[in-house]
Amino acid sequence: MLRFLGRRLLQLVPTLFFVSVIIFGLQQLLPGDPALAMAGEERDPAVLEQVRKQYRLDQPLHVQYLYWVGGVLSGNLGESMRLKEPVITLITQKFPVTLQLALMAIAFSLTIGVTAGVISAVKRDTAVDYAVNVIALWGISTPNFWLGIMLIFLFAVHLNWLPASGYVGFLDDPWMSLKTTLLPAFVLGNSFAAVLMRHTRSAMLQAMGSDYVRTARAKGLAERRVVLKHALRNALTPVVTLGALELGTLLSGAVLTEQVFSIPGFGKLIVDSVFNRDYAVVQGVTLITATTYILLNLVADVAYVLINPRLRS
Amino acid sequence: MAALSEPLLIEPAHESPSARAWRRLVKRKSAVLGLVIIVLFVLVAVFAPLIAHYDPAQQSWTSIRKPPSLRHWFGTDESGRDVFSRVVFGARASLLAGGVSVSIALALGVPIGLLAGYGGRWTDAVIGRITDAMLACPFLILAIALAAFLGPSLQNAMIAIGLTTTPVFVRLTRGQVLAVKVEDYVEAARAVGNPPIRIAVKHILPNILPALIVQATISIATAIIAEASLSFLGLGQQPPAPSWGSMLNTAQRFLTNAVWMALWPGLAIFLAVLSFNLVGDGLRDALDPRER
Repeated sequence: MLRFLGRRLLQLVPTLFFVSVIIFGLQQLLPGDPALAMAGEERDPAVLEQVRKQYRLDQPLHVQYLYWVGGVLSGNLGESMRLKEPVITLITQKFPVTLQLALMAIAFSLTIGVTAGVISAVKRDTAVDYAVNVIALWGISTPNFWLGIMLIFLFAVHLNWLPASGYVGFLDDPWMSLKTTLLPAFVLGNSFAAVLMRHTRSAMLQAMGSDYVRTARAKGLAERRVVLKHALRNALTPVVTLGALELGTLLSGAVLTEQVFSIPGFGKLIVDSVFNRDYAVVQGVTLITATTYILLNLVADVAYVLINPRLRS
Repeated sequence: MAALSEPLLIEPAHESPSARAWRRLVKRKSAVLGLVIIVLFVLVAVFAPLIAHYDPAQQSWTSIRKPPSLRHWFGTDESGRDVFSRVVFGARASLLAGGVSVSIALALGVPIGLLAGYGGRWTDAVIGRITDAMLACPFLILAIALAAFLGPSLQNAMIAIGLTTTPVFVRLTRGQVLAVKVEDYVEAARAVGNPPIRIAVKHILPNILPALIVQATISIATAIIAEASLSFLGLGQQPPAPSWGSMLNTAQRFLTNAVWMALWPGLAIFLAVLSFNLVGDGLRDALDPRER
C-alpha cells in the first residue's frame, strides 16, 4: 500500500509541473504589452513599472516562470490588482463557501444518483428503468445555469419559499444557510447525480449477473439483502473512481451556479477577476482548482484500493 | 444456450461498415429523434433570415417585454427585440461553436494522439503528462481562463473550448492506436516496408474512426453547453449579436415580469445538447463491435 501511495505521489510531480507551465503560459496569450493588460485600468507609468518588476516581465520567460513557481511553492500566488490583497488570502476566504456548496451537492447526488441507479438496475427493462434513464438524460443535457434561473423563478419569485440569491454562512445562521444553499446545491448536483446514476446502473447490472450474487440467491437470502449487501457493495467500487473523475465537472459547475445565485465563492471570484482583468487571481484560482482536482483523484485511487481487498495486496 | 435465445440478426452480404452502422443507428428510435432535431436546428441556422420574423437586433421601445403572442411567438425582450428571431439566429452561434471547437480539438488531438501511440516511449510519456495536466484543469475553468486571457469574443470562445477539448481526443486516439497497432494487418503493413506515417494514416486511422466519431458527437454537446456558459458569463458572443447563453444572462434580471425571456433560449440549449447526446449514445451502440 505504501509503495502504491509513493508511486502515485511520484506520478503527481510531472503532472503538477505541466499544470503550472500551462497556467503560467496563459499570461503569454495576453495581446500587446502584458504589463499594460495586467495593470487593468491603471495607466500610471509608475504602476506599470511596478507590475513589470513584480512579475519580472523584463526578464526571459524561463526566469519569469521560475520566480512565479518559486512563489507558488512558498504559498505566494501573487497579489490581486483590484483588491490589493494576496491571492491566497482571497482563495482561503472563498474556499469554505464553495466547499459547503460542493459537499451539499455531492450528498444530494449520491443519495439520488446511487438510489436511482440501483432501482433502475433491479427493475431493468421496465417502465421505472426507462423513466430513470430519461431523467438521467435530462440531467446530463440541461445547462445548470438555466435550471438555476428556472428554479429561482419557481421557488423564489412564484412560490416565495426560498431566497433568490445570496449566501449566509453555516456558522452564522445554520437554518438560513441551508435555505440559501438548497437550490444552488440541487442545481450543482443535478448533472452529477445523472452521471452517478448511469455509472451505478451499469455497475449494478454487472454485479447482479455475477457468480457471487447467484450464490447468495441460491443460499436463499432475501432479494433485498442480495441487492444491498452483496451487489451494491461491489458495484460501489467503480462508482467511487468514476465519481471522482466527475468532480472536475462539479468544480466547473460551481462557477456558473455561484454566478446565478450570487454566492460569493470560488467560482464567483474567478468570474469577477476575469472582468476586472485581475489575472493573478485567475491564474491562482485555476491552479488551486487543478491541484485540488488532482489530489481528489489521488484520494479516490487510494480509496479504490482500500475498498477492493483484491488490490490491497 | 444463451446464444440460441437471442434473435438472429440477418445482415446483408457485402455491406460496407458505414452502411451497417447507419442501418443500426436508424433502428434506434432515440437516435433517430436526435438526428431529426439536429437536422431541424441546422436548417433553422442556415435559413434563419427566412424563418425569423424580425431582425434579431431590431429594438422597439413600444414593445418592451411583451408576453408571447401571435405577433411575437416567444415574446419580446427588455429592448423590445423579438425573442423568437433571436433564438433562431442564436442557433448559428451555438452550432458554429459546437462544430468549430470540436474540429479544432480533432485537428490537434488526433495527430498528437497518433504521435503518442505510435511514437517512441519518451514522446508518449511527455504527451501523456501534458494531457494529464490539461485534463486536471476543470474543463470550464480552463476555458474561462483561456477566454479571459484571449479576450471575450465568439471566435476566442471557440478557440478556448477547442483547446480545452483537445486532450480528450489525444487520450482517446492514443488508447485506440495502442490497441490497434498490435493487430495483424498493421504488422503486415509494417512488414512490407510501409513508412510509419503511411501506416498511421492509411491503416490505423480508419480503424479508430468509429470511436472518434462517437466522441466527437458527444463533444459537440459539451461544446454547445460550454459556448452557452461562456456567453452567459459574457466571455462568448458579444451583444447585440444573439446567442442563447447571453440571452439567458439578460433574462436573469427580468425573471419577475418576463420569464419567457429565459424559457426559450434555455429550452433551445437543452434540445440541442439532448439531440447530440441521443445521437452520440446511438452511435456508440451502432459502432460498437461487440454489438455485431
